[in-house]
Amino acid sequence: MRLEEVKALLYKELLLEWRQRYAFNGMLLYVSSTIIVCYMSFGVRSGMLTPPVWNTLFWIIMLFTAVNAVAKSFLQEAEGRQLYYYTLASPQGIILAKIVYNAMLMLLLTGVGLLFYSVVLGNPVQDPLLFIVAMVLAAISFSSTFTMISGIAQKAGNNSTLMAVLGFPVIVPTLLMVIKIAKSAMDGLERSLSLDELVTLLAINAIVITVSLMLFPFLWRS
Amino acid sequence: MEKLKKHWWKVLAALLLFYTVIAGLLMDAPRLHILNETIRALHFHVPMWFGMLALLLLSVVYAVKYLRSGELRHDRYAVEFANAGLIFGILGIVTGMFWAHYTWGKFWSFDPKQNMSAIALLIYLAYFVLRGSFEDDHQRARISSVYNIFAFAAMVPLLFILPRLTSSLHPGNGGNPGFNAYDLDSNLRMVFYPAVIGWFLLGLWFASLRVRLRLVQDKLEDNL
Repeated sequence: MRLEEVKALLYKELLLEWRQRYAFNGMLLYVSSTIIVCYMSFGVRSGMLTPPVWNTLFWIIMLFTAVNAVAKSFLQEAEGRQLYYYTLASPQGIILAKIVYNAMLMLLLTGVGLLFYSVVLGNPVQDPLLFIVAMVLAAISFSSTFTMISGIAQKAGNNSTLMAVLGFPVIVPTLLMVIKIAKSAMDGLERSLSLDELVTLLAINAIVITVSLMLFPFLWRS
Repeated sequence: MEKLKKHWWKVLAALLLFYTVIAGLLMDAPRLHILNETIRALHFHVPMWFGMLALLLLSVVYAVKYLRSGELRHDRYAVEFANAGLIFGILGIVTGMFWAHYTWGKFWSFDPKQNMSAIALLIYLAYFVLRGSFEDDHQRARISSVYNIFAFAAMVPLLFILPRLTSSLHPGNGGNPGFNAYDLDSNLRMVFYPAVIGWFLLGLWFASLRVRLRLVQDKLEDNL
């Protein structure tokens, strides 16, 4: 696995996404319509949306977006073409490029999602910088976990139920940490108080990415 | 004699469990406020979790072995250890709920430890759903081994790190004393340690029977 290889594969992913914009536009529309649905169902004018609910709802929406966005990372390309890549590149390079690409995609989607969400449902965040840090870490964690899971689900016939069933229990620790950091950011708490969660989140990410790098070679061989 | 040499650990398991049930229910236990006699749950609830973790660890070890060797035999071990671990986990959560009903006042009180163990069970239930979705034996074995290892690595922070970061009602977490603090005269220990070993051996016994059944089925299918 070389850095140039990862770069080249990443470039390929970006190019593919750019050429078939409908998938990306579809994801953007998915985020916006989910937010609209939540907005309508909560009936915000009656003031039901307290800050903790605002926070949790946002991350749940992002979780479902992540499942849908990352699930297609192995679906987009035909079987034959994947075989072709496997003859060209190392498996570690492929999975790393996919993780980086999905992290970028998730970051973009979370950003756009937050923008739209704030416009529609208000933005009670008091410490925007910490909230953005939480978003970046969430993007990386969602992408690293779900990329591997989508690789597994793809081998089982790309069943989207399977993707959720396999992915949700695994993502829970990350999601809890992210929600906690985001909650501290909303309340404008001292940043050092979130240090524990930040370190734990980074550690979970390190575990997940290392295990993915080790296991993916066994996955793609089949 | 030959038989005894091979099966001594099953005899040991039976003896230890007899001892656990009799001594665990009848021997003196510390008299404590609120806990009262529920302290005896220690011999039945806690060994379930130890047993689950040990069996799931064995399952992961065999998943790694399968990926290295490609022999279906190892996959059979991995599944059955996961199966036995899952049963222990379900028993652990049920015994824990009964204990919580009498001490915390509710079966389920949104305690981080309870939530995390429920999620750990979901992970392994998902493992069996994943296995069910393949036709080909080798494909199933390989992909589910990958998920097994991946899920176990993701489960470690779930069970060990997260409950320590939040406040919890559970003994031994969030500033609550563990049971070793109550056990001043080591009476509980005398039952607890044998109980852990006994339950774990019982789990191994379960798993080994099921593995033998599977291997025999494989052989029959090959001969057809």
